[in-house]
Amino acid sequence: MSPERLDATFAALADPTRRAILARLASGEASVAQLAEPFAMSQPAISKHLKVLERAGLISHGRDAQRRPRRLEPKPLAEATKWLESYRQFWEASFQRLDALLDGLQTTKKKGRYPKH
Amino acid sequence: MKETGTLKIAAHGDLELVMTRVLNAPRGLVFDAFTKPELVKRWLFGPDGWSMPVCEIDLRVGGSYRYVWRHDRNGTEMGMGGVYREIVIPERLVSTEKFDEAWYPGEAVGTVVFVEQAGKTTVTQTVRYNSRETRDGVLKSPMESGVAASYDRLEALLASPEQRGKAS
Repeated sequence: MSPERLDATFAALADPTRRAILARLASGEASVAQLAEPFAMSQPAISKHLKVLERAGLISHGRDAQRRPRRLEPKPLAEATKWLESYRQFWEASFQRLDALLDGLQTTKKKGRYPKH
Repeated sequence: MKETGTLKIAAHGDLELVMTRVLNAPRGLVFDAFTKPELVKRWLFGPDGWSMPVCEIDLRVGGSYRYVWRHDRNGTEMGMGGVYREIVIPERLVSTEKFDEAWYPGEAVGTVVFVEQAGKTTVTQTVRYNSRETRDGVLKSPMESGVAASYDRLEALLASPEQRGKAS
């Protein structure tokens, strides 16, 4: 995944409305009007969010000139997820080891072998 | 958030990832574990099977650090490093970070804040990625199965509790 793409993906995903739009599109394509429905937002406001998602490559729109239905583009999302999963795994495993290390150090410290800050 | 042992990751603002973890130790000790190479080497290497053969830390503003991880079986190496921008012992560390094979442009900036309460330390790590507003072209890819599942996983990873209610 290109760096710019990952950046754009995370920027797009940082907003709860945009995540809700993606969740809606995960169950099938929808028009702007349909996407605007669940939100207390105007269609232009929703359109702005859609533009961000589109520029990030997370959604695309169909040819139908009237409805221009939006649909999910799965690839960037899958790649961002994969990256985040490995990030989480790295830190989870490391922190578990740190728990044990800190326990050990505190035991040692009580015996006066580890200098206080 | 008071629970030890649970790692939380949330998206914050435009391009920040915030990670929170509570550790059962006073913060002076936790700060040492993040900044003394002989201690860092003993925990900061992710899943089993990896080790950290290089861990160099010059803990002063403008000083640099360098980490290299190695997969013990297949020999794969991964390195990263950066420069310290702010050091407040034992409260706060700000440094740049860049992986040798970076998947994001420029450097990211990492901030680690250590807060102690009742003998436990909450570590909050914020990574701010260098924003570059987006590029052209829409990735064309055939629909894959499992999109919803992948989305759910991502949402679980990213959403902070207050956002989770609104976004569903």
